[in-house]
Amino acid sequence: MSVWREVVGQEPALAILTKAVADPAALTHAWLFTGPPGSGRSVAARAFAGALLCPQGGCGECRECRTAVDGTHADVDIVATEGLSIKVDQARDLVQLAARRPSVGRWRIIIVEDADRLTEHSGNGLLKAIEEPTARTIWVLCAPSVEDVLITLRSRSRQVRLRTPPVEAVAALLVERDGIDPAMARYAARAAQSHVGVARRLARDEGARIRRRQVITMPMRISGVGDAIGAASDLMAIAEEEKEGALTERNTAEKERLLATLGADPAARTQPPHIRSQLAALEKEQKTRATRFTRDVVDRTLVDLLSAYRDALVLRTQAPVALVNEDTMDTVSGLARAFGADGLLRAMTAIGTARERIAANVPPLLALEAMAISLRVPR
Amino acid sequence: MSETVAVAQRVPPLVLIHGPESILIERALSQVAADLRLAQPEIEISRLSGVAYDAGTLPMEASPSLFGEARALIIRDADEGSEAFQTDLLAVLPDASEDLVLVVVHKGGARGKKIVDALKSAKARVIDTPAIKTDRDKQDFTTNEFRRAGRKATPDAVRALIEALGSDVAELASACQQLISDTTGLIDEQVVMTYHGGKVEATGFRVADAAIAGDAAEALRLLRHAIATGLDPVPIVAVLASQLRQLVKVGAAGRGRSADLARDLGMAPWQIDRARRALSGWSGDALGHCIQAVAAADFEVKGGGRDPVYAVERAILTIAAEHGR
Repeated sequence: MSVWREVVGQEPALAILTKAVADPAALTHAWLFTGPPGSGRSVAARAFAGALLCPQGGCGECRECRTAVDGTHADVDIVATEGLSIKVDQARDLVQLAARRPSVGRWRIIIVEDADRLTEHSGNGLLKAIEEPTARTIWVLCAPSVEDVLITLRSRSRQVRLRTPPVEAVAALLVERDGIDPAMARYAARAAQSHVGVARRLARDEGARIRRRQVITMPMRISGVGDAIGAASDLMAIAEEEKEGALTERNTAEKERLLATLGADPAARTQPPHIRSQLAALEKEQKTRATRFTRDVVDRTLVDLLSAYRDALVLRTQAPVALVNEDTMDTVSGLARAFGADGLLRAMTAIGTARERIAANVPPLLALEAMAISLRVPR
Repeated sequence: MSETVAVAQRVPPLVLIHGPESILIERALSQVAADLRLAQPEIEISRLSGVAYDAGTLPMEASPSLFGEARALIIRDADEGSEAFQTDLLAVLPDASEDLVLVVVHKGGARGKKIVDALKSAKARVIDTPAIKTDRDKQDFTTNEFRRAGRKATPDAVRALIEALGSDVAELASACQQLISDTTGLIDEQVVMTYHGGKVEATGFRVADAAIAGDAAEALRLLRHAIATGLDPVPIVAVLASQLRQLVKVGAAGRGRSADLARDLGMAPWQIDRARRALSGWSGDALGHCIQAVAAADFEVKGGGRDPVYAVERAILTIAAEHGR
């Protein structure tokens, strides 16, 4: 067993990281892990932290390894935001933290899970701390690509590229770690396009599979403008459903916990002023989280949708690569017949434009409608 | 509050001015102050606010002065006061008398409700200053303004005036004042046009309606008015999108009773009827193009382009050009 067991299909990156752990001369004080979503950037960062703190260089069994991977180690600080960006106040706290010596282990390791969400302000606040940290502090920044990180941070850190792991590796991980049936694991890994987290959810959640299927089979139903508007609101409804499922329970649990912490009576019709203000702050936070979550879900839905057109294009050009959606062949072949190669490419561009627009704060429904209108099946 | 003759009303010891409309609050306050001065010319009037209140100020102001002259306290923003303010005010209320008049302004809402209740049960005179929101309220307000000054205005004049300056009641009131003092005789539409012609407070909805009716010139004119009177391009684009969406939905739903459709589409029946009327001259494809143009404009308005207003203008021109195609 090794602390690296959940980092799948990343042999080239692993070689660099294990060398850094083994040889102090090969270690750097600031790292930048890049790789497509789902390639396991944060898993790799946590494993790296574990390996650095472990007396045996990453046994995967000892307390240090386990707590580092869980994110509960006293010297491993993991920064992730559920809002749209990491605020400058948060960055300033990190600067202070970085100046302290580790308390139990050899290193203090600060992992910024979404360095792409550092704003120009907060990113530049970190510069000095990242450039010259105290001797025992190591920074690990994670981002989808080098371009997503401020150029000033990029130049101060050492890059490790993670790649999209092979489908077989992801499937094997699901079978081994989560005890999922091999056939289901293969389907999920392929459908999720090797995104480990999504694959796991697809494999374990029937609802997620049904929603994905609804999305994939949607394109052939869009023939007129009315259908397009309908399809867009269906996509939105799917995303809302997923958001409700994921957040409602959590929000009520959080509220109950806050009321219990403050010693307030949950059954009271109106809370006293100081508790009301705390509740309002929590609700505000939950609202930003919901905004981010809806956008993320819509984006993932669009990636699923994109895969249908991609498969159709593969089919049409008879390229020798595997399909993502082998289980919905009728939609894929239908698309391949209905659109020409250029039509498929145009459709894919439309989906890309919609993703870009949603990221730029265009209301998701409007962006989806404009996209769906471009996806009408030619008659 | 619409007394026309300055007969001094005896001001009771407690007065509550209750409601959010600032212009009416100001009127009520100046009326009360004038009444107070008329009854007792040497009265000392001091003013306080619930905002930024220092504990202890109220009892100090309310305590009798050395020479024993009459005093009045005008207390504003009682709805925004802190806990300390509320306790102090409630403690001072029983001291109100001939020689200590308390005038409390509460803009409504649940906060500081205790004060309102206490004042009402202490038989305070209550002057209501309700919000002027709907066009109907504004019409009544404007007509009343003219009537108070003993002037007559035609309904058309009132409508034109509200169209020009309806969004701010204070502005509406001062415009009425101006017309009253600068003109003589009947105030008709012509008079209003002389003073306020060419100024139109357009909303996103009016812009959208004109664009969807295919009237590019009118839509652009209204857009310019809307921007000039401080409307942001972002909500205008949102309105364009929602109006087009309704057209597509209603158009695709086919015939059927509008009440049934309203239930299926989650819209109000009058929206369905309006959309049906607006649909003449539109084809599905044309609406599709329009929605795409609006989505592109939304992206440009939110930082994707250089000039937000130009982006909206282009979307409007696209919509007007697609009409009837």
